[in-house]
Amino acid sequence: MAEARDVVFVDGVRTPFGKAGGAYRETRSDDLVVKAMRELLRRNPNVPPARIDEVAIAATTQTGDQGMTIGRSAALLAGLPSSVPGYAIDRMCAGAMTAVTTVSSAIMAGQIDLALAGGVENMSRHPMGEGVDPNPRFLAERLVDPEALLMGKTAENLHDRFPSITKERADAYAVSSQSKTAKAYSEGRIQVDLVPVAVRDGEQGWGLVTVDEVPRADTTLAGLAGLKTPFRPHGRVTAGNSSGLTDGATAALLAGADIATELGLTAKMRMVGFAFAGVEPEVMGVGPVPSTEKALRRAGLTITDIDLFEINEAFAVQVLAFLDHFGIDDEDPRVNPMGGAIAVGHPLASSGIRLMNYLARDFEHDPSARYGITTMCIGLGMGGTVIWENLNNGSAA
Amino acid sequence: MTATQTEGALPGEVVTHARVRLVDLPLGAGSMALITLDNDRDHTRPSTFGPAGLASLDAALDQIIATPGIVAVGVTGKPFIFAVGADLSGISHVRVREQAIEIAQLGHNVFRRFGELDVPTFAFVNGAAIGGGFELPLHCTYRTVSSGAAALSLPEVFLGLVPGWGGAWLLPNLIGPADAMQVILTNAMTMNRQLKPAEGRKLGIFDAMFEPADFLEQSLTWAARVLTGEIVITRKDPDRGLWDTVIGFARSTLDARTHGAFKSPYAALDLIAAAKTSTRDEGFAAEDESLADLVMGDELRASLYAFDLVQKRAKSPVGAPDRSLARPVTLVGVVGAGLMASQLALLFAKRLQVPVIMTDLDQDRIDKGLAFVREELEQQVAKGRMKPDMANRLGALISASTSKDGFADASFVIEAVFENMAVKQQVFAELEAIVSDTCVIASNTSSLSLSEMSSAMSHPERVVGFHFFNPVAVMPLLEIIPSASTDDATLATAFAVGRTLKKSTVLVQDTPGFVVNRLLNLVMAEVFRAVDEGTDLAVADRALRPLGMPMSPFTLMQLVGPAVAFHVMEVLHDAFPERYPLSDNLRRIVEAGKPGIFVPGGKGNPKLDPEVVALLEQGDTALDEAQVLERVADALAREARIMLDDGVVTGPQDLDLCMILGAGMPFALGGLTPYLDRSGASSRATGKRFLAPGIASLPE
Repeated sequence: MAEARDVVFVDGVRTPFGKAGGAYRETRSDDLVVKAMRELLRRNPNVPPARIDEVAIAATTQTGDQGMTIGRSAALLAGLPSSVPGYAIDRMCAGAMTAVTTVSSAIMAGQIDLALAGGVENMSRHPMGEGVDPNPRFLAERLVDPEALLMGKTAENLHDRFPSITKERADAYAVSSQSKTAKAYSEGRIQVDLVPVAVRDGEQGWGLVTVDEVPRADTTLAGLAGLKTPFRPHGRVTAGNSSGLTDGATAALLAGADIATELGLTAKMRMVGFAFAGVEPEVMGVGPVPSTEKALRRAGLTITDIDLFEINEAFAVQVLAFLDHFGIDDEDPRVNPMGGAIAVGHPLASSGIRLMNYLARDFEHDPSARYGITTMCIGLGMGGTVIWENLNNGSAA
Repeated sequence: MTATQTEGALPGEVVTHARVRLVDLPLGAGSMALITLDNDRDHTRPSTFGPAGLASLDAALDQIIATPGIVAVGVTGKPFIFAVGADLSGISHVRVREQAIEIAQLGHNVFRRFGELDVPTFAFVNGAAIGGGFELPLHCTYRTVSSGAAALSLPEVFLGLVPGWGGAWLLPNLIGPADAMQVILTNAMTMNRQLKPAEGRKLGIFDAMFEPADFLEQSLTWAARVLTGEIVITRKDPDRGLWDTVIGFARSTLDARTHGAFKSPYAALDLIAAAKTSTRDEGFAAEDESLADLVMGDELRASLYAFDLVQKRAKSPVGAPDRSLARPVTLVGVVGAGLMASQLALLFAKRLQVPVIMTDLDQDRIDKGLAFVREELEQQVAKGRMKPDMANRLGALISASTSKDGFADASFVIEAVFENMAVKQQVFAELEAIVSDTCVIASNTSSLSLSEMSSAMSHPERVVGFHFFNPVAVMPLLEIIPSASTDDATLATAFAVGRTLKKSTVLVQDTPGFVVNRLLNLVMAEVFRAVDEGTDLAVADRALRPLGMPMSPFTLMQLVGPAVAFHVMEVLHDAFPERYPLSDNLRRIVEAGKPGIFVPGGKGNPKLDPEVVALLEQGDTALDEAQVLERVADALAREARIMLDDGVVTGPQDLDLCMILGAGMPFALGGLTPYLDRSGASSRATGKRFLAPGIASLPE
């Protein structure tokens, strides 16, 4: 087989993430993702907009302002030339990740050169499960466990499967995510990828969101211990050790390595490979394990080759299950060095690119790191993993 | 809405609230107090400034001053709208000059604070900014504009005012007198032309322009860069050496155009002239005085009345039957393929977007008609006003034939044939043999009786007069005339079609000359009567200048041609022989084949044709200009009174609307009847006014 073309992650930006019911409650999702797309293009003035071959935008609830083939409608709203096509992507939490892998596949295959991938979820306006209509066969034929559709319950199920992952471990991990986020914020490492968003509020008029609304730097173990376990009496999953309901949008620019060179773009990472894998839906949180194993195997790498991990923190238990599987310590500094979704939030279909932005900054911060992965669990029992190579590293291909 | 009335608000004031929110600017530039102007309605009810709105803005600034740590103040609007100026509904309540001064000062006192705070102020003009909404940003230290802002203007002079909340002093001091006059005078007096955002940027009114998609974000980031010193805005003081020359030139241009007919442009010019040397305080005080003078004058009151007619009454015509009675129009027939007919075919195709069939007597005429349509469409495409696909679509909708058979499916047929009763009656007879019984048959006659025209028809109830003005694509008025037999469904259909054609429709009864031609020809008749009696041609032509009409009587006659003018006069003379005398001198001009009374003179200025002067046979009673004007005004008052008494229209407002939209009579005259009232003509000639004091004039 001929060598596939290299794909590079040129750049990525995002809106600050907002608490559901918070800053973005009156902001349209298409407006939100357009802010990120336009900022991306402003930061990369060498990209002629007409050279963009595809705009793939993900959203989980594809209705209303997240519907109407949002990749195309957002492209038009962003002011891209009408010659630039677009489409919508849905793989729930891994929407933006799938947008990236899908456009990258087309780049690798030589069918397109340059693409804009993104994701948006305004959970204030589109709560999880809005308008779903599960086929009755799921239950009648026991195709999935009844608890598979409620993410919090799948997280409790994961605690059942791995009794060594206690609530105390999960809470400790959550505190660490918050403190790493606070530290990264204080060092200005997170803000650099944020685009300010103007928001209107009927009572207060226009304001400007410049930072994430979700983090709670003052989180303590004692504080977490007292939180309710909404998914099960005397359960382990709380609002404190999981990602909250969040609003936000992300956008990234992917290109063939040759095209990046031609246009004089400074790419941040090279895509080494990716994989998605399925697991039983009722323990969807374990998805990143098989997807990572598959991606590593296909890339001819092992877990020991990976210097940095950006794993989505839908739930602390699901991160810990991954770490335990690969024998990585809960406090390993290679894992989510700037914190994760427990602190900044998880606007479902946007998060995949947030992970990539973080990894790109991790790579920049540590040029000695050569390989890193972005990985996340996905509803209905899936995991997704993308392996990246640090272009700041001297050995990079 | 709650029932509580905000203190100090005008009755019915939709209060624009000034909401303050602290914004952490990007780049660590500090905290900005951002004011949002919002009247809590959607963009169809733009934010305006009434007393309560200004008080809210004043209170917002008080709150901001009391808040520590603020590095800048910003002001922006609700989506699509920045602000569209003063709530003019208050002016009708103003009875004494002190109240007018108060309104002027209130605006100044609040707005000027944006230029006098300890921190820089930024206006982020996100959308429509008109009048006071345009002046507020001028008080600020810096301004950004959205490239999507749909309307930017200082329309005060158009309305009979001056930009009196700082604009007349600030704008010339910002961009110089020549460009300021372009915005304040020329644009306002050119059908209230709006500035495009890019023009405003180029003129130096705005410091930066951003696209609407993230206008506020980019504006705030830009403001942060200005505050951190990364962006430095340098302003050049306008050249004060040339100031007087520029003003002098503008004054002579204005004189040539208006002959001093209106106060507001001169008032604006005087303010701009004085802004050369006056201080800000002096400038604002002069604006207060000027504004008060105009508010206490009848011109402004008449203008606001006229503006209201055009904005509201023109859109819901009085006397039109219920809209639900209208029948759908799916195919239009146009009898004739001449210039008028071709223009009508284009207009119908463009607005109704249904097939339009033109017919004429021979292939040669219809070929010409279709060629005209094709060329018009090509020109529109060439000028970038129409997309080629739309031109193709409209071109395909319009067909032409020598046979009227295609009219069988028509739901609306309009004739535009020669203005002759027998010819029109014959056309109607031919149409009736082909069209369905419910097809509306309309006539574009300018003066013939619809009842007589339809008298021989088996279904006269579907005939209606549909009188356009030339050029039909541009002129906004459509007089709709029912005959004695026209039924409600036909009339409703006519109004619905007129509305779809985007015309302002007025219901006029079937009387000779309808409204506009009857009144304009009365002017012509009186002017010729004066000439016949011995008044100098030039004096007679100049006499009506104080009315500020778009054309002098003889210029108008030159445009339509003496023969046509005489023909229409004959129709009116037959109906009203005493009030519409036939001028022997006009007849001589027609018989001599003269194109008018002027011939081209030097520098493009027409001069009297000596051959025409030689043709004249005049009496020995020479009137001066004032006497001619008085005669014309008195005659108009008498005629208008007769028309109202005869029920030609439903009220003086319809006469005024017709004269504004059909004859281009200025707002400052209120169309017609407010001028006749204030000049005393109505009392003199008819013993009473048309409108009670206060409606289109100062209240008593």
